[in-house]
Amino acid sequence: MAENHPVGFQWVVEARERGAQVIHVDPRFSRTSAMANIWAPLRAGSDILFLGGLIHYVLENGKDFREYVVHYTNASSIVPEDFKDTEDLGGVFSGWDAKNKKYDASTWFYEGCVERDKDVPYDVSAHCGHCKEGGGTTIDLTRCNSDHTLTHPRCVYQLLKKHFARYTPEMVERYCGVPKERFLKIAETFCGASGPEKTGAICYALGWTQQSKGPQIIRAAAILQLLLGNIGRPGGGILALRGHASIQGSTDIPTLYDILPGYLPMPQLGIDSDNLEAYIEKHRDLTGWWWNFDKYMVSLLKAYYGEAANANNDWGFDWLPRVTGDHSHQGYFLEMMDGKIEGLFVMGQNPAVAGPNSRFERKALSKLKWLVVRDMVELETASFWYDSPEVERGELRPEEISTEVFLLPAAGHAEKDGCFTNTQRLLQWHQKAVDPPGDARSETWFMYHLGRRLKEKARKDPRPRNVGLNALTWDYSLEGKLQEPKVEEVLQEINGYTVADRKLVSGFGELKADGSTACGCWIYSGVFPRPGENRANLRNSQDYLGHGWGFAWPSDRRIIYNRASADPAGRPWSERKKLVWWDQQNKEWTGLDVPDFTKTKPPDYRPYKDAEGDDALAGDKPFILHADGVGWIWAPKGLADGPLPTHYESLESPVRNPLYPDEQDNPAVMKEERPQNEYANSPDARFPFVMSTYRLTEHHTSGAMSRMLPHLAELQPEFFCEISPELAKERGVENGGWVTLTTARGLVEARALVTARMRPLLINGKNVHQVGVPYHWGYRGLVKGDSANDLVAISEEPNVRIMEAKGILCDLLPGRRAQGKAALEQLSAHLGGSNAH
Amino acid sequence: MPISAFLTDASLCIGCKACEVACKEWNEIPDDGFSWSGNSYDNTRALGASTWRHVLFLEQKQPMGSQLAGIDEPFRWQFLSDVCKHCANAGCLEACPTGSIVRTEVGSVFVQPDICNGCGYCVVSCPFGVIEKRPDDGRAFKCTFCYDRQKAGLIPACAKACPTESIQFGDLEVLRQRGKKRVEVLQERGYSDARIYNPQETTVGGIHALSVIFGEPEAYNLPPAPEVPTVYLKSAWTSAFISAAIILAIVCAAFSF
Repeated sequence: MAENHPVGFQWVVEARERGAQVIHVDPRFSRTSAMANIWAPLRAGSDILFLGGLIHYVLENGKDFREYVVHYTNASSIVPEDFKDTEDLGGVFSGWDAKNKKYDASTWFYEGCVERDKDVPYDVSAHCGHCKEGGGTTIDLTRCNSDHTLTHPRCVYQLLKKHFARYTPEMVERYCGVPKERFLKIAETFCGASGPEKTGAICYALGWTQQSKGPQIIRAAAILQLLLGNIGRPGGGILALRGHASIQGSTDIPTLYDILPGYLPMPQLGIDSDNLEAYIEKHRDLTGWWWNFDKYMVSLLKAYYGEAANANNDWGFDWLPRVTGDHSHQGYFLEMMDGKIEGLFVMGQNPAVAGPNSRFERKALSKLKWLVVRDMVELETASFWYDSPEVERGELRPEEISTEVFLLPAAGHAEKDGCFTNTQRLLQWHQKAVDPPGDARSETWFMYHLGRRLKEKARKDPRPRNVGLNALTWDYSLEGKLQEPKVEEVLQEINGYTVADRKLVSGFGELKADGSTACGCWIYSGVFPRPGENRANLRNSQDYLGHGWGFAWPSDRRIIYNRASADPAGRPWSERKKLVWWDQQNKEWTGLDVPDFTKTKPPDYRPYKDAEGDDALAGDKPFILHADGVGWIWAPKGLADGPLPTHYESLESPVRNPLYPDEQDNPAVMKEERPQNEYANSPDARFPFVMSTYRLTEHHTSGAMSRMLPHLAELQPEFFCEISPELAKERGVENGGWVTLTTARGLVEARALVTARMRPLLINGKNVHQVGVPYHWGYRGLVKGDSANDLVAISEEPNVRIMEAKGILCDLLPGRRAQGKAALEQLSAHLGGSNAH
Repeated sequence: MPISAFLTDASLCIGCKACEVACKEWNEIPDDGFSWSGNSYDNTRALGASTWRHVLFLEQKQPMGSQLAGIDEPFRWQFLSDVCKHCANAGCLEACPTGSIVRTEVGSVFVQPDICNGCGYCVVSCPFGVIEKRPDDGRAFKCTFCYDRQKAGLIPACAKACPTESIQFGDLEVLRQRGKKRVEVLQERGYSDARIYNPQETTVGGIHALSVIFGEPEAYNLPPAPEVPTVYLKSAWTSAFISAAIILAIVCAAFSF
């Protein structure tokens, strides 16, 4: 966090100054470790073992916050008899279809749920987009079988105990490489931050997400935090430290292919795309907040299609594109290589350096007919056709590449108005300071004028494919000599308005499913409640939660699910940790934060018969987005690879899976193994070391924004890798000398930074060396170097399709790599003579 | 006007180098060359003509208070942002023959670039090795204490950019007291080698950029007892006169025989 979020890390330093214990678990000793009270190195890829060890510790030592766990989590829910755990089936859960590499999740669902409408079969396998809570309007999750004593052998709490029984401190020591004593110190310290008086938070970043089991690692953290009562309370939570500014914003209003704004799923061809009714039926919940799904969807369609959207044409539902396959970054590039993709827009991204198996991706770019790159400089993605290593190696010839590259200059963030949403869901507006230079323009300008021109073309072309484009509202006013669209008008559209009078709504509570309201992103509603009142632009913080500074979605709640900060009766768990509580006198929820709960629903509220939506959740159910109103220790649906996290090795690992000899890695993962995207064996004598890519404070992602600036370039001017003195000795490498790093995909040369901050770990009796590889360099800029991502494979985690860039196998040898064509021969020789493509 | 000072606290520095970059941006200083050092994360290496704030990275086989870091042996990684000390008796100022280097009303030592003739006397006179001539320019440069910002009521760029308040800016006396207290707090917390770097007893007569550090100052390239070279002037000139007199006497004696 100190490395990549130094500004946010000031609060960690301040907390430490006030007595908080900071624990850092990371393969390398980083700037964060230097500031922590406790550091533990662990083997990359063993995170679930480590977190499972903590869960085991909590359960074995009775450290859970019992009252919280009983009332606010699904620990008491009962799972059907035909569910089988990985511990029963040698590494897979029940429902595994080995042929299609997919789960049928029906045995994971709670026992005894009431089906209110027998006519519609309940499909538990429904999951797409980020709307994982979706699942139909017939099942009443609030009334599943449960046992509040947590003793029923099939209740979630007991299954959890059984599932994590083997995640002992000894196992953690043996396979994570964390000495037992250090692990126990961490367990004792972190589990101590629990109960009425204390809380603890977990921060994670790409070290967890960029793995073949990333979401399940985060699930493990969620289980731990729910057991400790650390969600919805001040000082608690799990914070995703995002990779760049506004990555949170780019999932809320997504640049992802499978969701629409506000985490509404993108319709998938043949699954939920027939008509709006069926789509809503599939994704709306009978109970809980997602009962309002239709309001948000119809309002979104009204924002998109305006007057053209009406009840007779499903509000324009059919004009939305359908997901027809894997349109993720990885899927795109695989298809591109196969010649199935004609053109590509690349905006604010640099896949030629930052993409997994960037060597593969650069070659795939050469198969395009056209490529539009918008950025502030000519970065590697725009210049791959004449100065990439593939050109030097004779793999690509500029005269044979027919890709037409359009490089368009982009404005920087100080040259345009706009909004960032940070990791704590806080929207912060920024104003343009100066006009962009020359022909550089903002993204808004580019998208608006591109859309305008496309619409002008489409207007003259009556083909059915153009109906949606013609219907699209595109009516922003323009200002200034650059004819920039007014970005605040976009934010107003996102906020939502009543269609009849274009009056801004004050929040998503006003949205309707009858077409009378329009809203571009329901969770942001309330950010612009009145003309002239852009709440993202507020700059007057009034309390420690920051109310008065920016706007936190939803409804300016700074801590989500904050009903959990009070006990079931509505009283703060403690004076020290009070946040929101039930005011008996005024009969409403009140407190230091905006209550994330229906304001007038008393703690002792019990739903009436056949209640729907929020009315169906009792007054002591804080997790209102879940159909059962509780935190999910157990995921009864929504995940592609299991209701509980379980340890699998990385796709390339120096050891065999100690838990499941027959299931080495995540069985549901898509390895996309093919020529040019090959894998090492696990283990593999050719590739004995574990490497992970990461970033340094001094550079920004692929370096396109930092390698071009002298004041940043000089701070880390060369590509290097970090290795322990032990590994350096073993391979005859001197500090500052050159080394060649090789994986099954490629080879790069780097300088060796030999440091005690890296250390070998004793894994199952053998020393395992880890290599740290920052990935900021490419073949352009003031400072250049090979790209670490040439080494990484294109793989797809089954839930979110991210690649694995942590815990892959490599070799490290002293000396520079061969230059030019000879580099390919060197790689081929290392692979043992197989084709080096 | 009160005397301005920095208090830079190694116990709060996270090594982000925001101070280095903010300093260069504000003062329009060129880069210091693109050369990788192999010495931890320190690639700007030292204070100089084009690096007026420099973050030092120290990897040591020593414990840091009660921190649980090293596994088999103690280990700590320290960061400290170093800067011109703006000495009460400044060697550079005393050595400057042109009057380019002056003392400002905030107590800082300021090089007037329009007067500096590049003689370089100041460079050898700084006990901290701070001021340096820029090769392609010829003149000497160092931290201005953001005199321009201070005149406009702003704090120096480095202190402004520091995310963790490791660099504090303020009145010298206040910061001396704060530094002292900070050391006491750190020692209470088990950082037994915490100390303040604030040499007042030597001929520099006190510095205006104090540091809270751990262990010996030498590890941070800070001289434990910095002296202004000009204090040796009297004895140097005296011995020169004596030598000259002796030589003269010998020469005279040679002719008298």
